[in-house]
Amino acid sequence: MTAALPRADVAPVASAKRRRRAPGWLAVVPLLVFTAIAFGLPALAILDGAFTVKDQTTGATSYTVQNLSTSLQGPYLTALIGSVKLSAISAGLGALLGLPLAQAVVSSRSRALREAVLTASGVLANFGGVPLAFAFVATLGNAGVLTMHLGLKDSGWNLYSFWGLVLVYLYFLIPLMVLTITPALDGLRVQWREAALNNGATGVQYWRHVALPVLAPSLLGGLVLLFGSAFAAYATAAAMVGSAVPLVTLQIADALSGNVLVGQENVALALSLDMVLVAGLVMAVYLPLQRRSARWLDA
Amino acid sequence: MARRLTPWRWAVLGLAALYFLVPLAASVIFTVDVPGQGVTFDAYTKILSTTGFTSSLLLSLELAVATIAVVLLLMVPAVVALRLGAPKLRPVVEVVCSLPLVVPPIAFVAGIVTVLKWGPEHLSRTPLFETFVVIQNENFPVVLVLAYVVMALPFVYRALDAGLRAIDVRTLVEAARSCGASWPQALVRAVLPNLRGALLNATFLTLALVLGEFTVSHLLGYEPFAVWIYNVGGSQAQMSVAVSVLSLLVTWALLLALAGAGGRSRTASSRG
Repeated sequence: MTAALPRADVAPVASAKRRRRAPGWLAVVPLLVFTAIAFGLPALAILDGAFTVKDQTTGATSYTVQNLSTSLQGPYLTALIGSVKLSAISAGLGALLGLPLAQAVVSSRSRALREAVLTASGVLANFGGVPLAFAFVATLGNAGVLTMHLGLKDSGWNLYSFWGLVLVYLYFLIPLMVLTITPALDGLRVQWREAALNNGATGVQYWRHVALPVLAPSLLGGLVLLFGSAFAAYATAAAMVGSAVPLVTLQIADALSGNVLVGQENVALALSLDMVLVAGLVMAVYLPLQRRSARWLDA
Repeated sequence: MARRLTPWRWAVLGLAALYFLVPLAASVIFTVDVPGQGVTFDAYTKILSTTGFTSSLLLSLELAVATIAVVLLLMVPAVVALRLGAPKLRPVVEVVCSLPLVVPPIAFVAGIVTVLKWGPEHLSRTPLFETFVVIQNENFPVVLVLAYVVMALPFVYRALDAGLRAIDVRTLVEAARSCGASWPQALVRAVLPNLRGALLNATFLTLALVLGEFTVSHLLGYEPFAVWIYNVGGSQAQMSVAVSVLSLLVTWALLLALAGAGGRSRTASSRG
């Protein structure tokens, strides 16, 4: 908003302002209606189902927290913890490795390199899922090319494990970090660095006292985004490890496709709700951070 | 800050290249160097004749086109309006577009499955039931487009918002309006050309998302490309890897073609 107009301003200006404002919210309405239906309904269904229990004999339904408590016990709890651990570790590593890569690309000032890396990141960040799992099986699986040629099997290497999944997840998490952090790195003004250096700061001091504080919200935001992305990943794990590593996504899929017990669908919904709560916490951290970073980089 | 690549940068870039290229190279070797058979290209030549390849790929592409069209039609007017006339709605749209990140695809599909069950259970005598049948059409599952648009919202919002941040929309539109342009004209002829980079980014992300999507389509029982690869993988290891390599190349080619189409605009949208 620019300077506020005084109330007593001439009528035509006021009406022009009103006319200008009208299309504003009208253009947002279709988006809101669409999400209310396509997103709101399934979300309500999760919430409703997670608290509903259907009596097998009478068919009567009642609201309880039974599904939720089931979802926080035994193998379900193990799976939930396994997912959180896997996501936290791979997100941390992804952020740690993605930042220097992005910085190397941004500071090289070579347009060709930049274009190539960003395009590649765009592709690879979305190269999750089944093809990624199969590519790694071919590389480091039991009969994989590297496993065979380097004799990794004798040294105890096993791709179908927790650390195997971390290695595979990094394949799309690092590019995601590069994509996330590049705009923030671009936003670091050359003048800030020059000012710091002119005042006698070293490169390290510039990073510690200027660049990193400005980048911090974006960095944390990226970290959280990576966590969410790893937490939600299903296809890669499903195609690669089956149920060798306990993960909450695999549990939900099993329950949904009736692989476990009849009537477990609502436990699947309760597990989904657990996931939503974890992811919700993550977003509660992410959104304010993004706004803070925007304040610095928007100017 | 002259153009310079210190050894540190080379090391970082080199290690990254190693990590990202080795699995690809190894996959190719895996598919052509079959133990006991020597070098053979069977895995690739057989793909085209395998049932489901063409139909699943076509289905994925159709879904992608529909999703991109819907998501851009919903989002572009909304984000431009947020910059111009309705800054107060900004937090609302921001939250709405971030909500899909809070609901992981597997939870989302659990919700969709439940909603779809309402059709036969509660609505079989109402006209709404027809809608439920239509959106689950085997040949073109509209329900997948709806799900994909929701899943694409956060990425598209971020891409468009970043693009808008780089240009002064208000001045652009005011200039266009002063020159006598109508609202649609100002949007299409002044704002959109300046947003080409952001629009292409949004398109890239959505395209890649739809082409690789597995969770929702698999659990809803459809067979687009990613699900087909998964199904082939069960029986033929070599071919499944071959298809994985090809799927990456296909995605890559599509993205490069799109980038080529809008290559010049990238420079316009990046900071001078």
